[in-house]
Amino acid sequence: MAEVKSVEEVKEPLFGKEEKKLITDPLNDNNPITVQVLGICSALAVTSLVYPSVVMSIAVVFVCGFSSLFTSLLRNAIPKQVRMIVQLVIIASLVTLVEMALKYLNYPVYKQLSVYIGLIITNCIVMGRLEAFAMANKPWRSFLDGIGNGIGYGAILIAVGFIREVFGKGSLFAGSPIEMKLIGVSTPGSEYFINVAAESGWETWFSWYANNNLMVLPAAAMFIIGVMIWIQRSWNTKLVDIS
Amino acid sequence: MDKNSTNYVLLFVVSMTVVVAFMLTSIRQATKATADQNEDIFNKRAVLAAVNDYLGMGENVRADDLTDEQVLEIFESKVEQVALNTSGQTVDAVMAEDIDMAKEKKKPVEERTLPLFKYESEGETFYILAVRGNGLWDEIWGNIALKSDINTIAGASFDHKGETPGLGAEIKDNPVFSKNFQGKEIFREGDFVSVKVRKGGAQDPTYEVDGISGATVTADGVDKMLREGIALYLPYLETIKGENMESMLQE
Repeated sequence: MAEVKSVEEVKEPLFGKEEKKLITDPLNDNNPITVQVLGICSALAVTSLVYPSVVMSIAVVFVCGFSSLFTSLLRNAIPKQVRMIVQLVIIASLVTLVEMALKYLNYPVYKQLSVYIGLIITNCIVMGRLEAFAMANKPWRSFLDGIGNGIGYGAILIAVGFIREVFGKGSLFAGSPIEMKLIGVSTPGSEYFINVAAESGWETWFSWYANNNLMVLPAAAMFIIGVMIWIQRSWNTKLVDIS
Repeated sequence: MDKNSTNYVLLFVVSMTVVVAFMLTSIRQATKATADQNEDIFNKRAVLAAVNDYLGMGENVRADDLTDEQVLEIFESKVEQVALNTSGQTVDAVMAEDIDMAKEKKKPVEERTLPLFKYESEGETFYILAVRGNGLWDEIWGNIALKSDINTIAGASFDHKGETPGLGAEIKDNPVFSKNFQGKEIFREGDFVSVKVRKGGAQDPTYEVDGISGATVTADGVDKMLREGIALYLPYLETIKGENMESMLQE
């Protein structure tokens, strides 16, 4: 029995303990935003609403995962002197691919997001993972590492976007087909998530809130991310020694 | 081959460039026709968004709700395209929809060509003007529809390249902002005054609209864009105003 088990270990399971760690590590212990403090620029810029945060997260997960995969496949062939440029070409091609796919499939969404798509190239998380992980690991693991870091980045992005949109605009998913109004004075074109018709008695309950304009500004994201880092460190104490 | 040799580096870089360039170009070629058509429909829809309330496709049907085929059909049947120079004469060789406002904006004023869309609906003619200016981060643009009195604004639609979501991007995302332009007038006793976008709320119900809190630079950009953009059309607007007066007198 012991022999069989060791053979299995040598074969490296497709999704074993190591692989699982690659996905879960960036969510907490090694989060790209709250621990490594990377990708802050785009985290401040796109998080005023949830919907762009979600799309940006999906795009980063895609680009981060596949650029790690391709870089890892080529890692033994890439000459050390030009490795940064090669990584950049891989990232840029993938971003161009995303751009062309959107233009072809859904032009209005492309128009809405074109500025963020460009931001992916400048996101240091993507290149950071290529340098730190994909250049030295096998393709499958690199792919998972890229996906994991993309998700870790996206989770923070969406959380910040959620707080900023609810308190800054009183709405959720504004700009998407499922836009809804949570609190604050109703504007035409947006419907309350909960029935607030006069007879339900909820009307005054929801309309008292005045939008906090600070939340709409990028500075609010800085505060929110700061508080998130604080909370994470007070609860996950092993992070405190790192800094 | 030695992986550190210059030859290897050169070979790698050149072959990578060729492969990537070939791949991206072929994908672009394969998707170009559809992508271009999508862009065309997108632009036409933006023009129609300026006359949202007069589409005649049913109540509360806005340009955003039309199908692609409907947009093309309305453009075919109800819209007349005119290209103008800044002295107010029509330019025959160009179609209004082919005019690239981004390029025109860089030319000196005298050399620019302006697109004008005449939209006919239920016996009334609307004049849709295209304007372009600068927001906070990048360019902003819009379409302004004037009623046949060449004074009252029937509707407006705006778009932008990279304004901040939730702030400057509200010129496009918040329907209230463009709706506020409806019914405003651009001439005060015959003089062109444009519509002012005022920070802190409109004070004059006929010539001003509310700004956007937190997006002063974008709102000021809209203000400047309207004042300068509509001014370019003035020679032409004066001409058709004169023509309309004459035909009224003859009747």
